[in-house]
Amino acid sequence: MVCFSPLDGRAVTYTESILELTGNGLYCARGDFYVDPWRPVDRAVITHAHSDHACPGSHGYLAARRGETLLRVRVGGDASIEALDYGETVSLGGVRVSFHPAGHILGSAQVRIESGGEVWVVSGDYKREPDPTCAAFEPVACHTFVTESTFGLPIYRWPPEAEVFAEIRNWWAANQQAGKASVLFAYSLGKAQRVLSGLADAPGPIYTHGAVENYCRLYREAGIALATTTHAGAAPATTDWSRALILAPPSENGTPWMRRFGHLSTGFVSGWMRIRGARRRRSLDRGFVLSDHADWPGLLAAISGSGASRVWVTHGYRAPVVEWLKQQGLDAQAIETRFEGEQDETGAEPAAEAEP
Amino acid sequence: MKAFAELYAALDETTKTNEKVEALTRYLSRVPPADAAWATTFLIGRRPKRLLESRKLAQWAIEECGIPEWLFAECYHAVGDFAETIALLLPPAQASSDLPLHYWIEQRLLPLRDADDAAKRGSLVSAWREMDERQRFAWNKIITGEFRVGVSQSLVVRAVAAASGLDAAAVSHRLMGDWQPTAAFWTELVAPDTRDADVSRPYPFFLAYPLDGPIEELGDISQWQVEWKWDGIRAQLIRRNGRTFVWSRGEELMTDRFPEMEALGAQLPEGTVVDGEVLPWKSGEPLPFAQMQRRIGRKVLGPRILSDVPVVIVAYDLLELHGEDIRERPLEFRRACLEEIAPADSALIVSPIVRADHWAELTVRRQEARARKVEGFMLKRIGSPYRVGRRRGDWWKWKIAPYSVDAVLIYAQPGHGRRASLFTDYTFGVWDGTELVPFAKAYSGLTDEEIRQVDAFVRANTIEKFGPVRAVKPELVFELAFEGIQRSPRHKSGIAVRFPRMARWRTDKKAKDADTLETIRALLPRGGGATD
Repeated sequence: MVCFSPLDGRAVTYTESILELTGNGLYCARGDFYVDPWRPVDRAVITHAHSDHACPGSHGYLAARRGETLLRVRVGGDASIEALDYGETVSLGGVRVSFHPAGHILGSAQVRIESGGEVWVVSGDYKREPDPTCAAFEPVACHTFVTESTFGLPIYRWPPEAEVFAEIRNWWAANQQAGKASVLFAYSLGKAQRVLSGLADAPGPIYTHGAVENYCRLYREAGIALATTTHAGAAPATTDWSRALILAPPSENGTPWMRRFGHLSTGFVSGWMRIRGARRRRSLDRGFVLSDHADWPGLLAAISGSGASRVWVTHGYRAPVVEWLKQQGLDAQAIETRFEGEQDETGAEPAAEAEP
Repeated sequence: MKAFAELYAALDETTKTNEKVEALTRYLSRVPPADAAWATTFLIGRRPKRLLESRKLAQWAIEECGIPEWLFAECYHAVGDFAETIALLLPPAQASSDLPLHYWIEQRLLPLRDADDAAKRGSLVSAWREMDERQRFAWNKIITGEFRVGVSQSLVVRAVAAASGLDAAAVSHRLMGDWQPTAAFWTELVAPDTRDADVSRPYPFFLAYPLDGPIEELGDISQWQVEWKWDGIRAQLIRRNGRTFVWSRGEELMTDRFPEMEALGAQLPEGTVVDGEVLPWKSGEPLPFAQMQRRIGRKVLGPRILSDVPVVIVAYDLLELHGEDIRERPLEFRRACLEEIAPADSALIVSPIVRADHWAELTVRRQEARARKVEGFMLKRIGSPYRVGRRRGDWWKWKIAPYSVDAVLIYAQPGHGRRASLFTDYTFGVWDGTELVPFAKAYSGLTDEEIRQVDAFVRANTIEKFGPVRAVKPELVFELAFEGIQRSPRHKSGIAVRFPRMARWRTDKKAKDADTLETIRALLPRGGGATD
């Protein structure tokens, strides 16, 4: 198989490799399947249901059972999806494939691929912090570990979750005192539900944008306890928003949709909020540092926990992570992602919006 | 340090002026006087002499953070702020400091002046270890001297006024000149008897509205006094009780910056207030404004710069005569008084009146503006009083259109602060034969959406990297507007322009359609040589 190296664009022949990078994404020739392909393929093994990992139109899908419903929303109700429990193994052309919790969102998984005694793990997106809305990240021993690097710089270090929730509650309470609505931006799938789970005992009222509300319903159907919410779009025009917390996707910031809430304060729950500039250029009042991705210590701990001697680094700060790993004596290389060029390399706008 | 770090965070978290003033007022009202004095010092942009070199500071931070230098550099590029980068990278905080700001400055920072590197390093590292992350950040801002948090001197003045119950002008007066940030200074600053300050108090400025309709709509030209619109620093020159004060429009006292005005004040009658424009001036004409910026940037004004870039005040109006407020008297009366009190051969030049019998004639004379190094005309209604603030009707400014050039984006680099890690700072080239030569840098004029698009273009079309600077495929064309143009041996194009900004993204043009250096040289003032 001939590929183009993401580093210098030269053609490279990978031999004897269980996975290789193709124009459609990571491909396993021995088992004839792709992991999180970028375009429709014959068989797609999916780590989780965010749109940059789950592309519609493939002939058949294989995913973790906990994520099946969410995946269906993404790839269409009539898609052919085969689901496996975490830890259950299936053989594809003699290659053993299984899913293991990644701790990113509900149903997210690392894909373990074993052939001829060699083990690869494609981790998808992951975090090691506990999150009541999904199964906890499980270290899986492997020879080659494929990792994300969204927050692959040591400036990204997450504060304890309890501190962040206390900050959110204080901000909300202060806004109530000042008679302001609290509009909190969070990605609609995953982050919003994690926030709602952390606010389950809050006195309310909490309203949601339609996109958030749909996913909340699916989470509740999966048995996950979330704070009570009301769809903001269905609320009567006379609603008093001054005490409310309103959860909305970040893309609504500054749109006419916000007008109904009157006097308001804005906050954004995201790992990007670790940097003042990222908050200030969005003209947000408050940033809350809470991410569903691993921070720098988290990335390094997951990599070393896998025991892998070879690491492929995908979307995010690939170059510095690769350089760091090489200096630690690992065989590391950067792998091109579906994004053109290096859009997400510097954590700038496009990737920031696509954090899921 | 706790209260100060909280103040910094509160100021940083809002863009609303009122909320900033409230946060400042709260802080100033509850901290010890010495803390209030130091905070005021930093917030108005004063600082003790730099005690630590950034290079060494970076070195010690890198060692304490336990990462290699290249990784620190990567982080700095992503953050765009040195003090913040260090605060984010230091090992997780184990402590938090309850000691007051003045302790940290007076007992910990200032003694480092005479310390050797080992002692400086030791003291700094131990300071970081005693603080939490927010405190480290505010501390780093202090020690790096990059203390910018979107607070102007006038906001600080408002907050001190609110915290003390004093009039803002009295606070401004007391903040001028030489003072040391001590508890005693703070006590004097907020002392209730303000007779000391009244003597310096300026009048509110009257500001012209830009002319937005056809000039003929102003009616009979004989009812208007026309002057050139000078490009300098709008100011009031005050002479009272044998003392001289120069106030900028930003309510900043600038007397110390202009010794010429101090001397001029002594030539004026007691009880005089002149409104005018402070300009760098030599041989009967203004020097380029860049010369003024050179001078303004200096803390110490040596004899060299004073003789290279002398200033005058071009006087527009007289607001007080022999201690009497004459702002309600008609324009022509005030003008006559101004001409009468103007000392001959002094640093006061009464703004000349432009005579024209018809608007058409004036429109023709407007073409002289560039050669005269002015921005256009000021039109003032005969009989009008000196009003307060920006008002329509009696004063109009009629500026000449800016220069404009189509140029090609050739380099980009990330911005700082809220624009960190976005490519927002651009260099533009124009054609010199078959080569694009760098011609101007511009940072402003695009919408956020356009910035995002250009940012994406830069990422996808980088040809070469030089540190943070990217050379990009020469494809995007922008219309650049600028105010002035002069020869400059320091620029590769041989040309320097004043206040360049992006007027429009010319998506309808290709790189080959951009302007040439030749056409731009034709804009240069004739005969005017290089000025530095």
